[in-house]
Amino acid sequence: MKKTYKIEVDCAVCAGKMEDQAKKTAGVKEATVSFMTRKMKVEFEEDADVATVMEQVRAACKKVESDCEIYL
Amino acid sequence: MSRKQKIVLARILLAAVLMIVILLSPVKGNLRFALFMIPYLVVGYDILRKAFLGVVHGQVFDENFLMAVATVGAILLGEYPEGVSVMLFYQIGELFQSVAVDRSRKNIADLMDIVPEYANLETGKGGIEKVDPDEVEAGSVIVIKPGEKVPIDGIVLEGTSVLNTSALTGESMPRDIGPGETIISGCINMTALLRVKTTKEFEDSTVAKILELVENSAMKKARSENFITRFARYYTPAVCLAALCLALGGPLIRMAFLHQAPMWTDWITRALTFLVISCPCALVISIPLTFFGGIGGASARGILVKGSNYLEKLAKAKYFVLDKTGTLTKGVFTVTKIQPVGMSEEELLETAAYAEYFSNHPISQCIREAYGREIDASRLSDEREISGHGVEVQYQLKTIAAGNSKLMHKWRIAVPESSENGTVVHVAVDGKYAGYILISDTLKEGARGMLEELKRLGIKRSVILTGDARGPAMAVGRELKADDVKYDLLPENKVDQVERMMANKYPDEELVFVGDGINDAPVLMRADVGIAMGAMGSDAAIEAADVVLMDDDPVKIPLAIRIAQKTMKIVYQNITLALAVKLICLILGALGIAGMWMAIFADVGIMVICVINAMRALKTNNL
Repeated sequence: MKKTYKIEVDCAVCAGKMEDQAKKTAGVKEATVSFMTRKMKVEFEEDADVATVMEQVRAACKKVESDCEIYL
Repeated sequence: MSRKQKIVLARILLAAVLMIVILLSPVKGNLRFALFMIPYLVVGYDILRKAFLGVVHGQVFDENFLMAVATVGAILLGEYPEGVSVMLFYQIGELFQSVAVDRSRKNIADLMDIVPEYANLETGKGGIEKVDPDEVEAGSVIVIKPGEKVPIDGIVLEGTSVLNTSALTGESMPRDIGPGETIISGCINMTALLRVKTTKEFEDSTVAKILELVENSAMKKARSENFITRFARYYTPAVCLAALCLALGGPLIRMAFLHQAPMWTDWITRALTFLVISCPCALVISIPLTFFGGIGGASARGILVKGSNYLEKLAKAKYFVLDKTGTLTKGVFTVTKIQPVGMSEEELLETAAYAEYFSNHPISQCIREAYGREIDASRLSDEREISGHGVEVQYQLKTIAAGNSKLMHKWRIAVPESSENGTVVHVAVDGKYAGYILISDTLKEGARGMLEELKRLGIKRSVILTGDARGPAMAVGRELKADDVKYDLLPENKVDQVERMMANKYPDEELVFVGDGINDAPVLMRADVGIAMGAMGSDAAIEAADVVLMDDDPVKIPLAIRIAQKTMKIVYQNITLALAVKLICLILGALGIAGMWMAIFADVGIMVICVINAMRALKTNNL
């Protein structure tokens, strides 16, 4: 299951950090962040609960970059 | 500029003015310190806040933290103007980056301004309602007035007009459209009103799919992009460590080994300079920006590249494998040669057309189309179609036989040797050979000279693969000057050929396959880069390929390579420039030659240069 989310992020390095955080989150199989298009694409594991996983991704991203936002 | 950006600009200007005023005033001591704090906080309060939050969450090597340490350090050493300037220029750099990225996004959006804002939906009572294209259900009827964008894919019910397809294909050649024909969203209706029955919903229409493709292409990252991201992650901690070594090591070595004064201030200043240069911003932002520009620029020319990685690979293309029919040739069979014996060309064609009148064979249709005139069937009688051979008929009291060499053999008519490219239809009148008509596929205009152009762009070898027979295959190969031609291939043979070529090359030499979508899907997937003829929206092609040529014109293939090579050139320029300047500044900073001023100029200046350079990738109209 793949979903794309609109995101807000100020700098390219931060976008990279968001991508790392997303990849590390449990339930996420693969994640890509494009700074240029302001989108995050996530591929979820088979049995993952999308809503919960994305909340965790969002929280993790907020920790590394307080100014970022993921529109769920 | 957005509101947020305008506020930052205001803060920058205010802080700059304040700083100049304070510099010019004769204040000293604590008052000077306090006054300098005003512009410092005005321009830097959010950086300090983010630095603090970063540390709290364990993010030490955060550029906000580094800027905070560098500027606070400068202030503690009494260098107030330096501290404020560093913060000021850092903010200028960040603002510039933000504005540049927004500009780039907008430029690409403008280039891809193919999204229709509305659709004219026919309401049941005979009226027309302007609605959001999203709201139109498949199967509804919409009206497209002259000058309007076609909002949704469909079939024309009524109206004959001319379309401008430049938004999709990059070509301004107009296309005729009439009832019963498929119409694609994104084109502009030029001359007459069209009534169209939609066949899809907006989000499945060509326009929406193309936009989605270009957006998603930013997700497929190139190797150089990934390299830079990983590099940046190691770069920052490394430089910070180096800064620490400078700050502590310098003085300690001076004291312990050289027995000289430690000069803490001097070495700490150098270390702070290091911290300022440790920001990899210029590098990390300019690379994705360049690729984004390259992909956007390619779209404007009707070339859809589905990923930055494919752009990168195209620049390194060394082997080209191309399908023949439908890719290099038009895939439409027409009469290409009339070779009469003992009569004129017109006579031979007329004779053949009359002979072929009763047959439904595609060859017969070809000949009749070439003749073009009305056929008076009353002149014909005793028609016979012999499968695998041809036709026989009585025409104007003469026995005409038209067909292949087997038919001629049956009538014991000698047939000249021919090495023609295509299907030969021999004609005999009353048992005497009257000549032949050649029916073949024609080369696309854009294919001529294309392979030679590719050679000039660095391609080592070009191979044409086809399921067609030796004659036509070799003829095309000769005309286009291909290095090799493989004919009589079944689909699985084509895959084998490509796999063998893939195995026999170096990994960084990319192999490109060009074909039309449906039949060539397995080969397209096997090649390093698969280019498909898009036939203006063929779903199968867009699915299977990595690059789609929206107007089926082979002339776009060298263009794609040129765009890719230009983009990669800019990428390497930026990487080299950014790394070189940073290295030089680090060395100068360590030696104490470069002050914090120079460091911040180098940092911001390089970023500005790299970003402007990256925007060059968008300009593809002169390639």
